[in-house]
Amino acid sequence: MFLKLAWRNLWRNKRRTAISISAVLFAVLFASTIQSFQKGTWDHMVDNVVRYYLGYAQIHQKGFWDEQTLDNSFDPKDVPASLYKTVDMSPRLESFALASSGEITRGILVVGIDPQKETAMTGLKNHITKGEYISENDHSVVIAEGLAKLLKLTVGDTLILVSQGYQGQNAAGAYPIKSIAKFGAPDLNKQLVFMPLSLARDFYGTGERLTSLAVNLPGRAELPAALATIKSQLPEGEFEVMDYKKLMPELVEAQELDTAGAMLILWVLYLLIAFGLFGTILMMTRERTYEFGVLTAIGTKKKTLAGMLWAEGMMIGIAGAILGILLSIPVVYYLNINPIQLSGDMATAYEKYGMEPVMKATFEGWIFLRQAVIVFIISSILTTYPLWYIWKLEPVSAMRE
Amino acid sequence: MPIIIAKNIEKIYNPKTVPVHALRGVDLTIDKGEFTAIVGPSGSGKTTLLNIIGGLDHPTGGSIEVDDTDISKLSDNQLIDFRQKKIGFVFQSYNLIPVLTVEENTEFVMLLQKRPKEERHRRVSELLASFGLGDKKDKRPSQLSGGQQQRVAVARALAPKPTFVLADEPTANLDSVSASNLLDIMEKMNREEHVTFVFSTHDQRVIDRARRVVTLVDGKIDSDILQK
Ligand SMILES: Nc1ncnc2c1ncn2[C@@H]1O[C@H](COP(=O)(O)OP(=O)(O)OP(=O)(O)O)[C@@H](O)[C@H]1O
Ligand SMILES: [Mg+2]
Repeated sequence: MFLKLAWRNLWRNKRRTAISISAVLFAVLFASTIQSFQKGTWDHMVDNVVRYYLGYAQIHQKGFWDEQTLDNSFDPKDVPASLYKTVDMSPRLESFALASSGEITRGILVVGIDPQKETAMTGLKNHITKGEYISENDHSVVIAEGLAKLLKLTVGDTLILVSQGYQGQNAAGAYPIKSIAKFGAPDLNKQLVFMPLSLARDFYGTGERLTSLAVNLPGRAELPAALATIKSQLPEGEFEVMDYKKLMPELVEAQELDTAGAMLILWVLYLLIAFGLFGTILMMTRERTYEFGVLTAIGTKKKTLAGMLWAEGMMIGIAGAILGILLSIPVVYYLNINPIQLSGDMATAYEKYGMEPVMKATFEGWIFLRQAVIVFIISSILTTYPLWYIWKLEPVSAMRE
Repeated sequence: MPIIIAKNIEKIYNPKTVPVHALRGVDLTIDKGEFTAIVGPSGSGKTTLLNIIGGLDHPTGGSIEVDDTDISKLSDNQLIDFRQKKIGFVFQSYNLIPVLTVEENTEFVMLLQKRPKEERHRRVSELLASFGLGDKKDKRPSQLSGGQQQRVAVARALAPKPTFVLADEPTANLDSVSASNLLDIMEKMNREEHVTFVFSTHDQRVIDRARRVVTLVDGKIDSDILQK
């Protein structure tokens, strides 16, 4: 009965109720779209770096990450054989080098890889846009598309590399380009060169050494268990194990900062909506003072009246939240399967910061649920006003108005 | 048998700021089945007295016993309960809940009392029919005339068969035909169901139909006359 009454009261001022519900609806729609985009774009970026190259975790010689030189490389035999069996890892020998072609010279990252293991982990083979993937005994390299463009090289051309090798040796070599691969993250796309591990070892003069073992995992969810296994098997003190958050702290930090910024905007939005909703609740309550006077006079308990007013406020909030979510789901879903490819200045700006110029929405239930929870909390706080108002209401003075 | 015994009722509004002495020692006893008008000039304290009898307001002094209960000792919440169970109220205007139909308004207090649906419907259709509102039961208050609205208010007050009905100037906003209609049904219910009515009024034609007329002047009872 009192729910029915509350429901009908909502429609006493149809326009006001409709406006309030729409305000909540748009807040929810806006907030869930923004959040999905925000999270989706960053996740996409992190995944780009992780999946295309970095891996969810890496093992190095202790101290390598702070001083990335070949002198901080390690002998793979120091890693227990049991670990190679339990965790899938891609061995790498990485170091910086200068690449030149004609007049142009660039600083690049030369990565010696096990071509099979590497493609199993990062799908390197699938990123080849031109030419053919390398195999273990090749005397040739895979070059990132952006880098090839900068150096004006293509498949069949020769890449000249100069660097400092293991323990101060000179390293120099000329390598035919066997294929070109495309990387999502612009940073990687402009500096990666892959060659078979044995070739890299020859180039750098390292013998059997490695700089890192990149851990191959199906996804983020498997990371904690893998880290635990690795830490339990590695000899104490000789190695460092880093997850992707530690491997790219700038990216993680930037994401956190950006998320905080977005949340601030959303809180301002919620605050505005809360004020609007409060105005409605205030009017809905005050304009009916006389009626509440009559209702208490004839014997309606205050908790019944308060419950009715509470329901009215909550119905607006909940209706807005439900409609907002119903509308958000297809919008966000659409943006999830159709990422927005940025172009022009925006794209340049993104690339400048090493990001792929793509805005992609994530499609995660908790984002929508969170909107519902926030609206519920806001409505619950706002509806304390009518509760308080009814609590102090006296029928005689209410009816004198 | 007395159902209301008011002794030496005093009411001072705003005692601390601008004190208004609205009632200055009112003694009044109402028996079951009375049909009594409280009259007097504007500001003489009629509304104040009815509010105190009805447990809507607390007296500053004196005692008030309704149906053997000393209501000056009840808390606000107990008073709400007391009013709901014992008293029917009719106010000057805007008695009804605008979003409820005539039928829903009429059964409202019975609903608060959690009376069974069947009983409510029987009582409501009986009252609405006898008040000439049978065909209006699904209408909203705004679709009724002022006189019809007041009749619905009386029906709501009477539906749960209260100990007595208090009506503060129930005809003040009605034309004389509607006022006389309203008095007709009040008299009829007083006669048929022995409902006790206490109502205030300014209107001489209404006063003429009361059996007892209590006149207030300046917060005191000036005269108390039985008519007819
Ligand atoms: N809540 C209040 N606060 C202050 N003064 C009040 C209040 N209610 C009534 N009064 C004053 O108390 C006196 C009695 O008022 P009351 O309303 O009881 O008179 P009344 O006989 O019903 O008058 P009317 O015929 O105009 O309805 C008046 O002087 C009035 O101004
Ligand atoms: Mg009055």
